[in-house]
Amino acid sequence: MNATITLWHQVCSDLAENRCVFIALWAEHHADGAVVHLALRPPSTGDVQVLDLTSTDRHFPSIARHHPAASLMERALCDMHGLIADGSPDPRPWLDYSAPYPFKPVDGHGIHQIPVGPVHAGIIEPGHFRFSVNGETIIRLEARLGYTHKGTLGLMRGRPIADAAKLAGRISGDSTLAYSFAFARAVEQALFITAPPRAAALRAIMAELERLANHFGDIGAICNDGGFPLMNMLSGALRERVLRLAATCFGHRLMMDRIIPGGVTTDLTAEHAQQILATLTLLLNQWARLFELYEKTASLQDRVVSAGWLDPVIAQRLGCGGYVGRASGQDFDARRDAPYPPYDTLALTIPTLKASDVDARLRLRMTEIQQSAALIRTLLATLPTGAIHTPVPDCATTDVGHALVEGFRGDIFAHVRVHNGQIADVMLRDPSWFFWPALEAAIEGNIVADFPLCNKSFNPSYSGCDL
Amino acid sequence: MRRTLIENLFRGKLTEPVRPASDADIATLVSTLTRTARQRLGRSLAIRALDAGSCNGCELEMIALANPYYDLERFGLKFVASPRHADVLMITGPLTRAMHDALRLTDEAMPAPKFVVAVGDCACSGGLFANSPACIGAAEQVIKVDLRIPGCPPDPMTLLQALIGFANTLGRSG
Ligand code: SF4
Repeated sequence: MNATITLWHQVCSDLAENRCVFIALWAEHHADGAVVHLALRPPSTGDVQVLDLTSTDRHFPSIARHHPAASLMERALCDMHGLIADGSPDPRPWLDYSAPYPFKPVDGHGIHQIPVGPVHAGIIEPGHFRFSVNGETIIRLEARLGYTHKGTLGLMRGRPIADAAKLAGRISGDSTLAYSFAFARAVEQALFITAPPRAAALRAIMAELERLANHFGDIGAICNDGGFPLMNMLSGALRERVLRLAATCFGHRLMMDRIIPGGVTTDLTAEHAQQILATLTLLLNQWARLFELYEKTASLQDRVVSAGWLDPVIAQRLGCGGYVGRASGQDFDARRDAPYPPYDTLALTIPTLKASDVDARLRLRMTEIQQSAALIRTLLATLPTGAIHTPVPDCATTDVGHALVEGFRGDIFAHVRVHNGQIADVMLRDPSWFFWPALEAAIEGNIVADFPLCNKSFNPSYSGCDL
Repeated sequence: MRRTLIENLFRGKLTEPVRPASDADIATLVSTLTRTARQRLGRSLAIRALDAGSCNGCELEMIALANPYYDLERFGLKFVASPRHADVLMITGPLTRAMHDALRLTDEAMPAPKFVVAVGDCACSGGLFANSPACIGAAEQVIKVDLRIPGCPPDPMTLLQALIGFANTLGRSG
């Protein structure tokens, strides 16, 4: 919807006063200037609205000025498109590496800085962390990202839908399935088609498998950062089982490119469906033991309880979704609140917790493991028969579509404008955009040695934000 | 915890044997190595991972190498935290412009003899990002690559076979 400056300002004050939730901010070039897009939704529903503001002089009124959660996206879009956000509280470059980067100053007696990255000690994505510390205590953390910026959205523009779908699946490899899901749904909405019911069910089965794999893997990795590698080994083995199951049933361990606009590429045989059920039983049995191990290991509890506390008010102001938001009392899950097939026919109880610490984020994911397993069982028991793909029509018209899909981290937003079978404009927004500032807030007052533990409990994607 | 530990003791191991890759396979993966470099290393390799802009898919499968099914350390292969301790630099991603300096510095920090392994389609050829103005593309555009492991991402068994084969190539000629 075309926005006037008056409407833009109105929306800014709505955002500032929590009357709506910020989803994404991006821009595109036009011959006579640029268009800045702002996606929003009402609190607690998934009715996405996109406002388009035309700028002829490369300036637009800053959203971040009224709503800090938009700051990183605003800085990224200014760098990518050479725009200026008037009144921006933080006009520093984000993706432009040509000049030295001024970190926010921290003054005080005895405060020193620890620079970390972009290359980290483990097998992790690259990014720079600047810690300002007093003794052991972190006074401020600032993350500087952009090292994995691949220009993915730019590559998608002007490409045929099928090519762009592959790139969408490589925004963040750990969520490849969820990204393909979100992108496919946005394209389908733009083209007025729907995936067949069997395809929708298979999509959700794969989505829940992706969630299980990531939850098992991350729970282990978080405990590992808490000095308890046993949990990492045992939980990592469960992750491996899920990935092997995915490879057997769908032909790829991470299920890359299995969801395409119109449906899915791979059907599930009855035999493989049985294998999923059998593996789930085995996984849950073993998981029950690991949960007990987690609960009864006092030295581990000592590390995770009360560490990395994220103020629920900040979680709400940032619009944090996923386990980060829900472990800080935020009650949003796209599967329930922006329901899409097949979740629209399933009864979902979304767990939330108030404790807001590393332990809460872990426990939330532990609950979701049970839930994902139950969902897969229900989906398999009611798996519709029929086609797994609807042909994607060659439309000469221009249409837009968008979707919110709940990945393992939280809600992923996809927006496309399709023109002549090609992607004219696209935005894919990772939940991590809001996790990074949340992590910066949560880490304050923790000790440096707890950073890996806290960081892993948020596990924001670098590639997902660097784009 | 005691129960879990005891159970694990008696459950038997999850770790699986690795079918060696054929010499022909390895020959196609490995480019030339200097003889002196081979003699210095034996078959134990310390690996430094460097993400040069991956989507993190390749990292997930590299992390999986440490799980009990693959257990890469049994082959003398291990990931190390510092380039100073590394024999092998393992690069993933389509080398973004922003990571170019970091790659150079990491390479400089590594003692010789050192080898470079490109993991995944992105690092081998630029993959889907080869034409991006934000990426340099294949790692070999800026650094000599000794071993290429294509795939998107290559699965852990493929990684393991290629690395063991590579380490054996080094050991054999030494
Ligand atoms: S090769 Fe594939 S999995 Fe690896 S970084 Fe590139 S896109 Fe991601």
